[in-house]
Amino acid sequence: MTRSVRIGILVPALGLFGFLLAWALVGIPSFGNYRGSYGYILNRVVTPERHMTNVVTGVVFDYRGFDTMGEEFILFAAVVGVVLLLRQGGREEPGDLKDSVGSDGVRLGGTLAVGVCVLVSLWLVAYGFVTPGGGFQGGAALASSVLLVFLVASHKAWSGVASNRVLDPFEGVGAGGYVVIGLGALIGGLPFLTNVLGPGTAGTLWSGGSAAFVNWSAGMEVAAANLILFTEFIDEYVVPLAAEK
Amino acid sequence: MTSVLPYLVAGWICVIGLYGIVTSRHLIHLALCLTVTQSSTYILLLSIGYVNGGGPPIFKGVKLGTTAVDPVVQSLTLTDIVVSLTVLALILALALDVHDELDTMDPDKIVELQG
Repeated sequence: MTRSVRIGILVPALGLFGFLLAWALVGIPSFGNYRGSYGYILNRVVTPERHMTNVVTGVVFDYRGFDTMGEEFILFAAVVGVVLLLRQGGREEPGDLKDSVGSDGVRLGGTLAVGVCVLVSLWLVAYGFVTPGGGFQGGAALASSVLLVFLVASHKAWSGVASNRVLDPFEGVGAGGYVVIGLGALIGGLPFLTNVLGPGTAGTLWSGGSAAFVNWSAGMEVAAANLILFTEFIDEYVVPLAAEK
Repeated sequence: MTSVLPYLVAGWICVIGLYGIVTSRHLIHLALCLTVTQSSTYILLLSIGYVNGGGPPIFKGVKLGTTAVDPVVQSLTLTDIVVSLTVLALILALALDVHDELDTMDPDKIVELQG
């Protein structure tokens, strides 16, 4: 399909889309006058019923927990896909790149920053049911803080931390743990993913019961999945590019 | 006007992203345009859930029953972001493969798919 044909199709299609959008906007409640009942109900019910003060995380890992399991496996499948596409045999080993960071200030400050960022990320996961945060946000933050090692030290240091030997078990346990917790309730004769440990105490680390473990497994899965994506792109794209120079 | 402005912003970002995808001359540019289009759904979801004067749906240190925005659309946005990330990663991997095989990143120069 040539460029002009594509644009020729795009213009009427966007016109139609614009018309439908305007039509939909006429019927939508105006901004700030939300009338849906689910959010209204959840904001009043989640904290007394499930002892979780962060309603969003409560929805993600408890009320919509089964759905989130599917979402986790979307991530898992994408990681498998990227690894299959990028990890091709026949490419030579990168060897030692001379990419060590020269500045002592960057190394020292950066290494301290890695520690601080990792701590903040773990805190984000741990208090997911209490304050803003949760497995997905904390996991993504954790992966980014580990990536800092590549920026402030060297590729060698990074591949020591983010090797497949370390990441694959986390990826597997993160994805599998979610299912195992769900099946645990099923074996006990309860519906899938039922909270068997009780709601815990609101506002503390021990709130959410077994959903707290679901949260941790999601955090583990997200962090490992992101780190595997980072390693694949670094090893298959950044390293060969640097070796050419 | 302000009552529909967030929806119009979402619509505009969606359209401008689609325009970028269709007219793109580089696969990485195309992938980024797709994330632009996808960002419009975050704005749409979050603005639908907004309640006038509402705080975040987090009740730590906040009296229960305080007006808060809708938590359901926020969790949907979270799902949306995760899906966006996975799609972006897959497209970038495919783009790298295309570059290895055909030595071009221009969608128009990929005349036919080769098995």
